[in-house]
Amino acid sequence: MEILTSWLQGLPGFGGMSDQGLFITGAVIMATLMFTVMALCAIVFTWMERKVAGFIQSRYGPMRTGRWHGWAQAIADMLKILGKEDIIPAEADKGLFVFAPLLVLLGSLLAWAAVPWAPGFTAADLDLGLFYIFAASSMVVIGILMAGWSSNNKWALYGAARGAAQMVSYEIPLALATIPVILHTGSLNTQDIVIAQQGGIWHWFVLRDPFLFVAFWMYFIASIAETNRGPFDMPETESELVAGYHTEYTGMRFAFFFLAEYANLFLVSLIAVMVFLGGWWSPIPGLDFAPALTFVIKGVLMVFLNMWVRWTLPRVRVDQLMYLCWKVMIPVTLLCIVGSGILMITSGAAG
Amino acid sequence: MTGDLIFILLALLTLVPAVWVVLSRNLVHAGFALLFTLLGAAGLYASMAADFLAVTQLMVYIGGVLVLVLFTVMMTHVPRGRENHGLDRYVPAAVFALLVFGVLYKTITAVHWHAVTPEAEPTIARIGTKVMTDYIFPFEYVSLVLLAAMIGAALLTREYRPTDTEDAPSDAGEDAEVAS
Repeated sequence: MEILTSWLQGLPGFGGMSDQGLFITGAVIMATLMFTVMALCAIVFTWMERKVAGFIQSRYGPMRTGRWHGWAQAIADMLKILGKEDIIPAEADKGLFVFAPLLVLLGSLLAWAAVPWAPGFTAADLDLGLFYIFAASSMVVIGILMAGWSSNNKWALYGAARGAAQMVSYEIPLALATIPVILHTGSLNTQDIVIAQQGGIWHWFVLRDPFLFVAFWMYFIASIAETNRGPFDMPETESELVAGYHTEYTGMRFAFFFLAEYANLFLVSLIAVMVFLGGWWSPIPGLDFAPALTFVIKGVLMVFLNMWVRWTLPRVRVDQLMYLCWKVMIPVTLLCIVGSGILMITSGAAG
Repeated sequence: MTGDLIFILLALLTLVPAVWVVLSRNLVHAGFALLFTLLGAAGLYASMAADFLAVTQLMVYIGGVLVLVLFTVMMTHVPRGRENHGLDRYVPAAVFALLVFGVLYKTITAVHWHAVTPEAEPTIARIGTKVMTDYIFPFEYVSLVLLAAMIGAALLTREYRPTDTEDAPSDAGEDAEVAS
């Protein structure tokens, strides 16, 4: 943000602007940039998801649109979805029905503000960074409940209730799994967390000690559940709930849910990279010439891992889902916190 | 000037939905209106440089309490036209509301407020240090209360299962009968 405002000040016509004016202009540019990246990643990931699914299921996936491996399929889909009729069910709660997709999107866009793309380049460099990300993404739960209730449809309501229960539960192991890392860095600032992992792959938190390694996988499992993707896609189970909380949505409003889903997928992957996998540092020390690119490539690899899991494993049952969260993952992550703390004290790392 | 404008906007964001929460006939709408009130309060905290409080407000109230409220409201949906509008509802509510208002008014006027220029420095480090040093006893005490509440909640939601000691003799008797 500081980089951007000082750059703006150097431009002709911006020199005479007040600090507040510069800040607001910078914030608008940043928000637009983040939203563009979000929309782009949704387009790229829908294509990638279909290709990965095809590869895993021994078929090709989209092949025709745009000649080379159907690269333009996602763009064509997007144009089609924009042209669709916007339907609001007659019995729906209109105001809430219209507002819900915006709230879901708002929740994920807010969280994107604290992602550290490169040294010194974060849309909002907050001292509470990581805590803020988890807090902001909890708005998504309200949006999903709103969508499910206002649709006035039993499938949508079931989907929303499942989604909310699942997201509220898995938020706990998700946040707990990052606490050992916070113990190590002593800061919640996203930039500081990445800077603490400088110096090659052995300094990344995932390989610092065995407890952190376990915490990383706990985070990964919880992040799959948090984004409502397979094998934890209970809110959308097409075989029993039609499409879950967005059953009644069409056209642009459906596109918002879709966008938010992929934005959240990329967000949790980027947080995994930031917290456990060294952020923008390359695995070999001294090769850090394109930090933002390294960060995004690692993020896309994490997304690929997510897709791999989704298309390989069968869906779990609701009771198994809750059992896994409350009776397995939360105790294990709590153990990781204690274990990592003990290792820090015995090795003399704690001050 | 801009500070005042931001304060007015945030105060409106807090108060207007709050009135809606009270006046709305639809309980679910009231629940969702609460979202904006809580967001406005978080914004007010943030504008007073209490960043940790603002984010905690988001996390606890919107991520936790509001979801619970919405679940409860959705599960106990009252069909329209069956609400109770009798005086027996309004009078106790009015008395209670006046009492709460009185206490709040007394507190607000009794405190000697003094303006502090908001510092840009993060509050979380200071809060953490204070909690672990000066306020360690209240902190541990609150943790204990929360733990007790948690155990209580778990106990209440547990299915009733007769304990082994209560049941052991009759069980044994039945088993013996079946065996014979």
